[in-house]
Amino acid sequence: MDFDLTEEQSMLKEALQRLLRDKYDFDTRNKVLASSEGWSTGMWDQLAEMGLMALPFAEEDGGLGGGMVDQMIVMEELGRALSLEPFFGTIVLGGAALRIACTPEQRAELVPQVAEGSLKLALAHTERHSRFDLHHVETSATRDGEGYKLSGEKSVVLDGDSADKIFVTARTGGSARDRQGIGLYLIDAGSDGVTRRGYANQDGRRSAEIVLENVRAEAVCGDPENALPAVEWIADQGIAALCAESIGVMSVLHETTTEYLKERKQFGVPIGAFQVLQHKAVDMFVSLEQARSITMYAAMMADSDDAVERSRAMAAAKIEIGRGGRVCGENAVQLHGGVGMTMEFAVGHYFKRMTMIDKTLGDTDHHMERLAEMGGLFE
Amino acid sequence: MDLRFTEEELAFRDEVRAFISENLPEDILSRTRAGEYANKDDMIRWTRILNEKGWGAPHWPEEYGGTGWGPMKQYIYLEELQKFPAPSPLPFGTNMVGPVIYTFGNEAQKAHYLPRILNLDDWWCQGFSEPGSGSDLASLKTKAVRDGDHYVVNGQKTWTTLAQFADWIFCLVRTSSEGKKQEGISFLLIDMNDPGIEVRPIVTIDGGREINEVFLTDVRVPVENLVGEENRGWDYAKFLLGSERTNIARVGYSKQRIARIRELAAKETSRGQPLIEDRKFREKLASIEIELKALEMTQLRVVAADAKRGNTGRPDPASSILKIKGSEIQQATTSLLMDVMGPYAMPLQHLAEEGSNEPPVGPDYAGHAAPGYFNYRKVSIYGGTNEIQKNIIAKAVLGL
Repeated sequence: MDFDLTEEQSMLKEALQRLLRDKYDFDTRNKVLASSEGWSTGMWDQLAEMGLMALPFAEEDGGLGGGMVDQMIVMEELGRALSLEPFFGTIVLGGAALRIACTPEQRAELVPQVAEGSLKLALAHTERHSRFDLHHVETSATRDGEGYKLSGEKSVVLDGDSADKIFVTARTGGSARDRQGIGLYLIDAGSDGVTRRGYANQDGRRSAEIVLENVRAEAVCGDPENALPAVEWIADQGIAALCAESIGVMSVLHETTTEYLKERKQFGVPIGAFQVLQHKAVDMFVSLEQARSITMYAAMMADSDDAVERSRAMAAAKIEIGRGGRVCGENAVQLHGGVGMTMEFAVGHYFKRMTMIDKTLGDTDHHMERLAEMGGLFE
Repeated sequence: MDLRFTEEELAFRDEVRAFISENLPEDILSRTRAGEYANKDDMIRWTRILNEKGWGAPHWPEEYGGTGWGPMKQYIYLEELQKFPAPSPLPFGTNMVGPVIYTFGNEAQKAHYLPRILNLDDWWCQGFSEPGSGSDLASLKTKAVRDGDHYVVNGQKTWTTLAQFADWIFCLVRTSSEGKKQEGISFLLIDMNDPGIEVRPIVTIDGGREINEVFLTDVRVPVENLVGEENRGWDYAKFLLGSERTNIARVGYSKQRIARIRELAAKETSRGQPLIEDRKFREKLASIEIELKALEMTQLRVVAADAKRGNTGRPDPASSILKIKGSEIQQATTSLLMDVMGPYAMPLQHLAEEGSNEPPVGPDYAGHAAPGYFNYRKVSIYGGTNEIQKNIIAKAVLGL
């Protein structure tokens, strides 16, 4: 058992850290946040230049053959920097869809474009009444000659406003909550019948409301009658990546707060001299380390084709991250006092990102219910 | 990063499991499985079986009877014992005084005491805490005054676990009142049969008799029973408290208790169906399991780092949380096990092993549940309260 990074992985981590530290500090990010696009195409190109877009794809598909651990390293650093770029939609979810649900031919066409940073992707699964259930799909897929036409409304599609192509869940038959009949389709965002409304989320990341009216599917990914297991696997890989991102976010919350406790003076002493505040800081640290541990477990399980064991692991990890993230986020603001409430201080931004991660791909309650339904983690 | 056990480690795990299953006496297993405290005879029998195999204290250096196993094998060994569940070796000898003796003791002490610890010929207990010295341990007052070839010891120790069984006690005593309070402390080995020693039981809230007060009145201790140098005892005590890293989280015990909770929750009913089917109950159980899985990974991070880099003796950022999280989880599991029993957690049951022949009220597994919950409130208090642990992390890790 070895928890250390390889030399190559350490180099990747350091290189990405350096890039983000030099080119994406808090002030720069604030400017990016205020721009009309809401993310930086310049940074996007540099991430692509570093090879991060090619990393998670097999060499025969035009990638660099990286594994889940490599992706976790990247996500942790993007988390530390609070990157606003659409990496999650394109590489994490889009990449997982390409690896898990697509044919070698489909990958041959799309992966090289993704790898060079010229094609951005998103996964549209949420609907008005689905809440966090991937199997709740009302959007319809209707046979149309050789292909399918899609109609329906997708909601809060992460990175959906900048995506060039979008993976969409839609059903050929059955009722809204049937597990059967769900397919995964790829559409071009510029196709006839696609209406998009892009907007910023609480944490500055972008999403879109997408209305589909008889939109031609460019590709059918996997079995149009039974793609749900693939979609669930894609989401599981998304959860593992969110856990890693959370470690970056929580690390900054912890470090920033500890530093602040040493600097800020009241009653003539650094406020970190007060035991009550020390113990809150330790609670944050303990949450962070426990989250780091379960994230490693999630990374180990994310590639597993044992759907039950994988789902249990991801639900467990998402819950641990959700709870630990709240401990870190709320305490960070509390320990900073008034300044923690301001947009001028970084911690509030990290707190907001952490809070929104909990709402992505199922919140703590959702996963607790799932895990309980599956009989728990150790059954 | 590769988070799987190696083939060799898996084979080793099977070997340990097979050994336990072939050699653990059935009557001992039935007691540990029921959650009963292992008695003195059980502990001695089992320790001697392990010692005969050469597994009396696997983590010790080979020259003193250890196995030469690396940290990962030591971890696997303890986890298998705990999960089975088999009694774990008595910590006062193998984990506490033993390492202090082989690290700081002289040759005569090593030759005499170490083999007797391995075979549990001597039952050791720990004389650290005093009525006025709990978290502030260095303020201890038990005094040792040199008189020729002896120290004359006067004072009182408390919370002394299983002192009623003990042949020996290792004590922190004050040999000097000069300088800082940490600088006048020495580490003495005292024969419990010496005149002037009196053991009085302290009954705990669970009704158990694990802990005692130990009174020392003009106890004459030969000077050769001093370990290391006079007035350096605080360093040895810190070494003792800091050297335990592979088992501090007690993951195996918690796993075993969770298995027990699952087993019994399938037998108890709630709203007309098995309790294990109850949504709220399952969520409580799953919550603990998640924390335990994270803790297991944290523990393995520490073990793997030790295996790779050697135990540096410095506080590892991850190891410092093991005590806090481990105790919280142990308390959560004992609490949930009590909840499983519903109303049958209530009767004060006189247990068969206490010589009672009264039939149990309700199921025969319910009697230990509430006492177990009460008893385990101790785990966030002993070995440095969780609040003290947080102070240590704040200082040593966060630099506050």
